[in-house]
Amino acid sequence: MTTPDATKESEVTEDQPVDSPAADILSPLHDEHVALGAALTSFAGWQMPLRYSSDIAEHQAVRTAAGLFDLSHMGELEVAGADAGRALDRALVGNLSALAPGRARYTMICAEDGGVLDDLVVYRLTDDRYLVVANASNVATVRDALAERLHGDALLADGSLTTALIAVQGPRAQEIVTGLTPDAEAVAALKYYAAVEATVAGIPALVARTGYTGEDGFELFVAADAAPALWRSLLEAGTPLGLVPAGLSARDSLRLEAGMPLYGNELDRTTTPHDAGLGRVVKLDKVDDEGNPLPFVGREALTDVTPTRRLVGLQGLGRRAARHGYPVTTPAGEVVGEVTSGAPSPTLGHPVAMAYVSPDQADEGTELLVDVRGRGEQVRVVPLPFYRRPR
Amino acid sequence: MSVELPANLHYTAEHEWLDDATPATVGITSVAADALGDIVYLELPAAGESLAAGAVIGEIESTKSVSELFSPVSGTVVEVNQAAIDDPSLVNTDPFGAGWLLRVDVTETGPTLTADEYRDQSAG
Repeated sequence: MTTPDATKESEVTEDQPVDSPAADILSPLHDEHVALGAALTSFAGWQMPLRYSSDIAEHQAVRTAAGLFDLSHMGELEVAGADAGRALDRALVGNLSALAPGRARYTMICAEDGGVLDDLVVYRLTDDRYLVVANASNVATVRDALAERLHGDALLADGSLTTALIAVQGPRAQEIVTGLTPDAEAVAALKYYAAVEATVAGIPALVARTGYTGEDGFELFVAADAAPALWRSLLEAGTPLGLVPAGLSARDSLRLEAGMPLYGNELDRTTTPHDAGLGRVVKLDKVDDEGNPLPFVGREALTDVTPTRRLVGLQGLGRRAARHGYPVTTPAGEVVGEVTSGAPSPTLGHPVAMAYVSPDQADEGTELLVDVRGRGEQVRVVPLPFYRRPR
Repeated sequence: MSVELPANLHYTAEHEWLDDATPATVGITSVAADALGDIVYLELPAAGESLAAGAVIGEIESTKSVSELFSPVSGTVVEVNQAAIDDPSLVNTDPFGAGWLLRVDVTETGPTLTADEYRDQSAG
């Protein structure tokens, strides 16, 4: 038996042994993961938990109760100064100066040709302080691009190695987090994509109502040295409510069901936001102080875009799952696209995938095949997301 | 990582095991099952099919990945573990027992390792 075909977020192959490659950065929560018996994996230069017990059990816990995630590999870049918002408007595709303090936006940083360098969540902490959260694999790229693009009074600082990020995700997340903070009212009142400074389990944290699972939940940014104490407090408070620690494997299957893109799969340097159906993040109506269209990196390439492919959801009609990189064909065998992510959906009980296909094959209900290791498996184009939480 | 490997079984570098019985029972090791994560689908040859040692004879799919199953022996499949096909988590929970995959009338055995050799090679 071999494992030739792991999906990329948490690949376990002979090239990436479970025992740590020496070069990997250890999370501030590394000792907690070891104590919990986690299987560790090398991901984007970090050694992170792949799973603690069972991928499916961790996935289901997030859907039905809560999961506790270590996301300390994510990059935290702070941009501070009187011109921070305006500078980010020029560096990113979004309109960050229009963001109210305490709110967050999903946005992207693109190259001049419109290709996506990374997808980001940007928090406006105060009038003149922003937090840019980047994917671990792209921190250096984003940092370098921002360093080049930011002008005026906008100082860039990379807090990636001194900041830990812990997520509590699932229907019981609010109960768990508010039970540990004197700022319970402010935390409970947080809207989706909003954040507030709060003390959780005695530890100062930025508490954000954001996530990557399709469930309600929080992401807590804390100083790296305080992370183990916060992790243990959350685990202790959450366990009676069904919270379990959850690894990157569950994170990937949860985000796939929720139809959320993963950089390196759905997004990369060769895709535009429009390809991924995310053209809405490109704010062409941004204006400068004189009311003229604001130049931002990628603006020309991202104006009047007609995508040549579309990101679609595919429901597998058989049992074998499509995986990253597999060809998508018509029933007659003509190649019309490629799978970006795929897995058996733990919640839905059938395989699901996201794929880029040519626009004429992207209509809901279109029947296609995925070449799964030499054999065509039937799939049907379905709307994204595959899973939407009950409200 | 220390792994409990039954000493009476033979192992392959590709993480299959087989026993000395007639017909021989074939499965995958706990090392393989742990690396895959939760197994959700098994595709196995049917009873009566001929196997060639070293050939790909099936697939084992988990939420995170999929692996090909190689035959450790040449011979004919006499029984397939329907219980494991119906509930592939048996391969995770009891890979050397209830999670067996095939029973095979063996005509020839491919290269195998002892438990110690396999442990040295695979489990660290």
